Amino acid sequence: MSTSTHTVLPAPSHGAGRRLSRWLHTKPRARLVALIGAPAAWLLVMYIGSLVALFLNSVYRLKEDGSGIDKTFSLDNYHELFTTQVYRDVALRTIGIAVAVTVIDIVLALPIAFFIAKIASPRWRTILVAAVLVPLWASYLVKAFAWRAMVASPGGVLDTTFGFSPGYGVTALIVVLAYLWLPFMVVPVYAGLERLPNSLLEASSDLGATFAHTFRRVVLPVIVPSLVAGSVFTFSLTLGDYIAVSLVGGSTQMIGSIVYQNHASNLPLAAAYALVPVVVMVLYLLGIRRTGALEQL
Amino acid sequence: MKTARLAALAASVALVLAACGSDSSGSGATALDKLGTAEKQLNLVVWAGYAEDGSTDPAYDWVQPFEKETGCDVQAKTAATSDEMFSLMQTGQYDGVSASGDASVRLIDAGLVAPVNTALVPNYADLSTFLKDQPYNSSGGKNYGIPHGWGANYLMYNSKEVTTAPDSWGAVFDPASPFKGKVTAYDAPIYIADAALYLMSAKPELGIKDPYSLTQAQFDAAVALLKDQHGVIGEYWNDYTKSLSAFSQGTTVIGTTWQIIYNLAVAENPDLKTVLPKEGSTGWSDTWMISSKAANPNCMYLWMNYITSADAQAQVATYFGEAPANPKACDVIAASDATFCDTFKATDSAFAEAIHFWATPRTKCLDGSGDACVPFSEWIKAWTEIKG
Repeated sequence: MSTSTHTVLPAPSHGAGRRLSRWLHTKPRARLVALIGAPAAWLLVMYIGSLVALFLNSVYRLKEDGSGIDKTFSLDNYHELFTTQVYRDVALRTIGIAVAVTVIDIVLALPIAFFIAKIASPRWRTILVAAVLVPLWASYLVKAFAWRAMVASPGGVLDTTFGFSPGYGVTALIVVLAYLWLPFMVVPVYAGLERLPNSLLEASSDLGATFAHTFRRVVLPVIVPSLVAGSVFTFSLTLGDYIAVSLVGGSTQMIGSIVYQNHASNLPLAAAYALVPVVVMVLYLLGIRRTGALEQL
Repeated sequence: MKTARLAALAASVALVLAACGSDSSGSGATALDKLGTAEKQLNLVVWAGYAEDGSTDPAYDWVQPFEKETGCDVQAKTAATSDEMFSLMQTGQYDGVSASGDASVRLIDAGLVAPVNTALVPNYADLSTFLKDQPYNSSGGKNYGIPHGWGANYLMYNSKEVTTAPDSWGAVFDPASPFKGKVTAYDAPIYIADAALYLMSAKPELGIKDPYSLTQAQFDAAVALLKDQHGVIGEYWNDYTKSLSAFSQGTTVIGTTWQIIYNLAVAENPDLKTVLPKEGSTGWSDTWMISSKAANPNCMYLWMNYITSADAQAQVATYFGEAPANPKACDVIAASDATFCDTFKATDSAFAEAIHFWATPRTKCLDGSGDACVPFSEWIKAWTEIKG
């Protein structure tokens, strides 16, 4: 059949294209390279390449007089990170803040997502999903600055309206980050709940289970992967933050602020310290791989 | 097989990346002998507000007249910190930079900037003498830049809360300060010099003579003082808009500031006041420096002469809020603002001499007191530890 088609078609009109297509047809490997070559190169150069550059810089060291970078292999930066109290303190504080932000977002996202997925009418569902996503269209910086005016003490919006404000510091920082990353938790949880058939909830209630019981035994097992997926966002975004902390964190330092402070003055140390969140996230992802959450991302 | 190929690819990527970083060592650059023809192009690294072309405020435009006059097309890259300026200059893509003292010495030592032949900058003769041949703009008897403008780091306070007017930096270094959580400090390693300056008179037994030339013991004392101060700090500032909002709103009531911040903040909060404490103060004096790899040296020389002319200095000083390096600018400014140069004490050499202008600390002490000074790399590390 194919031979007959070939003889019928006027070959000269699209000669080159046809020859290429015929050649590709016989060479599955070449086909594969043509197909994924560009994205693979992008991935290698941009993603892996930048990580390699980060790692390379982390094993260089700053010259004594701070006048440049000594490009010989050295583990000085790592030695310093491990032996200096402040870097350990800041790393632990950052991880603690990331955990707090993630927990707050889970607690807030569960009822919101449940309402959208199971209680709201289809029309309202669309509106509410849009409402959750709309804040993502506004610049991160604008929102962080708005919060700077909100939590200021005295004189901030919270202070003048409710007579109380945490003021700049860790508390304000956790509140602001939890606000900023909330949509990243609501969306996967909503997607997970939507896949949960209503019949399961009805069956559970028909069999006499309380709401709490149903939640624990039916809903939670289904959405654990969604929660983990959401937490990957909230956790990693918090680990890398340096803007919110400078605007509402008062005198608090996070990993990001130290990397930012050093990126121009001591690039090798900044590079070594920037690997801390990378390592934390790799460990976290390895840990959750078996929950199946990665398929929900 | 697949893994081997991947590994080979990764290795080649790494090689390419490693090759990208070229070595930038050695100075030995010499000053220009005479001006040639202008190159039609000029690439600068500047502080925000140092190269205005009318796009921010149509009333302030000193770049376009320069372009018309010389034919040099100016491309200005704004940097937010001295560290950023230093790393931008390392790229070798820029002809010149408006460096503050905490970058200039590093730039000289790293061979990134070339000596300046002041004979080619006629306006240099008019500049205030107290700004010439200073440790932050000269080295080994060679001049490395043209002074641009300067200012002091003042102590600002909110007189509604800080009812007894402070006259000493001790007000911000008191770990039992009644203004706990409302004290601010400049967020940069160079701020360690402010603590050292205070210790010069508060603890004379330490024997500090120059806040930028500290022995290990003196340095440790300054760092300890700052660690104690950390407990009362509400927030540190390095972006002047952040300091402005904190002082006008009242979340900060006392701390270090610049004249320009005070001018803007007092318009919103009339309770604010500034004082130059009895210990004197640190300050900045900015210098136009020419890159040792400048592709357009003639345009850079033309720029250095233009920017220090009375007219350009008048515009820069009023726009940025700093004392002009050229006192002749005061006559130009006086036409519209008679008190400007008094406010900024532009011609007050006694005042300027009480200011310890920022300079980059290094092992070979800047004040010539030996080779055992704590280098800037240690200042950077200490600053991270101070903030905890």
